Amino acid sequence: MSESVHLTVNGIDYPVTIEQGRNLLSVIRTEIGLTGTKEGCDDCECGACMVLLDGQPVNSCSYLAVQAQGRAITTVEGLADGDALSLLQRNLLETGGVQCGFCTPGMLLSATALLARTPEPTEEEVRIGLSGNLCRCTGYTKIVAAVQRTAAEITKSSTREARG
Amino acid sequence: MSFTIARTLPEALAALAAGARPIAGGTDLVVSARHGKAPLPADLVAIDRLPELKFCERTETGVSIGALFTHHDIETHPLLTTVYAGLADGSALVGSPATRHIGTLGGNIMNGSPAMDTGAPLAVMGAEVELQSVRGTRRVPIEQLWIGPGRTCAEPDELCVAIHIPAPAAQANSAYVRLEYRRAMEIAVVGAAAYVALADDGTIAALRVGLTAVAPTIFTGELLGQVGKSVTEAAAAAAALSSEQATPISDVRASEAYRRHTVGVMARRAVEAAARRAAGEHIPTPVNRAIGIGAAS
Repeated sequence: MSESVHLTVNGIDYPVTIEQGRNLLSVIRTEIGLTGTKEGCDDCECGACMVLLDGQPVNSCSYLAVQAQGRAITTVEGLADGDALSLLQRNLLETGGVQCGFCTPGMLLSATALLARTPEPTEEEVRIGLSGNLCRCTGYTKIVAAVQRTAAEITKSSTREARG
Repeated sequence: MSFTIARTLPEALAALAAGARPIAGGTDLVVSARHGKAPLPADLVAIDRLPELKFCERTETGVSIGALFTHHDIETHPLLTTVYAGLADGSALVGSPATRHIGTLGGNIMNGSPAMDTGAPLAVMGAEVELQSVRGTRRVPIEQLWIGPGRTCAEPDELCVAIHIPAPAAQANSAYVRLEYRRAMEIAVVGAAAYVALADDGTIAALRVGLTAVAPTIFTGELLGQVGKSVTEAAAAAAALSSEQATPISDVRASEAYRRHTVGVMARRAVEAAARRAAGEHIPTPVNRAIGIGAAS
């Protein structure tokens, strides 16, 4: 049986009519039309489908869409400001952390959530923070470096602001 | 088919009484439905928005944890990562950050998997589970909760609302270690938890061991014969007994013989780590990382 619900994705309200068993991933991609979120394993293993739900990382392939009502959903499309990429996105490109790019949206969202709760992570903390995301190109070293570089730049600029 | 979001606990209990099944994070329920292992229940009531079930508070006898407390809440909680360290050892190993943020303690124990990472530590600490329904409330010792793989003694209308853990004795603590092939999105190949209380002379005053993924349910035993023995002797005895009493299966993850052998190794390490903590040493959670289990990064 279908149900009419509202989902809030990247700050925009989307009315959708969906079956209760539908996963959030398929609704985001096919009903809402945002295809940045990827389907990898479709089995809660690879993290390509990662989105943020009220700021926390969630595997959208294994989360019921109806359960996301009333929560703020963030997808990779919500990280950039128009055409202006976020600092993390720019750093990932500049360090060579994007190879085939399939894992990139999930990596970005896991790293965004990590930096929000741990602004100055150690390398070990970055690796744990990204541990639910697989990169089949195995480009982990540069991805970790991009996250650490972003953390350092954010810390540096906020220290500068604090000093006034 | 129906899906409702409960706004209050009585609303959730009424829905269960009417035949709905509860969903919190859905990390077990949705994944197994997608595997075709068990279809999604026809009627679901979402319980993830009940603030009264998401808490952790000290009580006169120990600590009470709400069923909706997540693995992330546990692995970052100052009391649970020190005094009840075995539980934090387990929660910190569950899945990935995503799994730990939406996966709840109540869901983990009620799913009833013999491979669950929080079950053995809760059992060795003597935890009780509070089950509530429109008919009333009861407490069940956690070892009696599990009656088979994926099966609990809870009635269909009962909801796990809290887990109560008694405070450890004066010089006592716990630890949970598991054998794993990778460091994330992993399920215990085998695991072991230990609760160790030490006498003033450093010998064993009390020892309980719980085993993960080597029997149809979490397997727990009190090693009364080890009272008065040294930690080294007790750890060796726990290893031998665990390997002897385990009844593991062979499957895609490990053979029966390999599980039987390694569960003894995990038991010895759990006893040693719990004893070090009981003696006052701080071993960060999860103890797996601290003692070097799991592939190096």
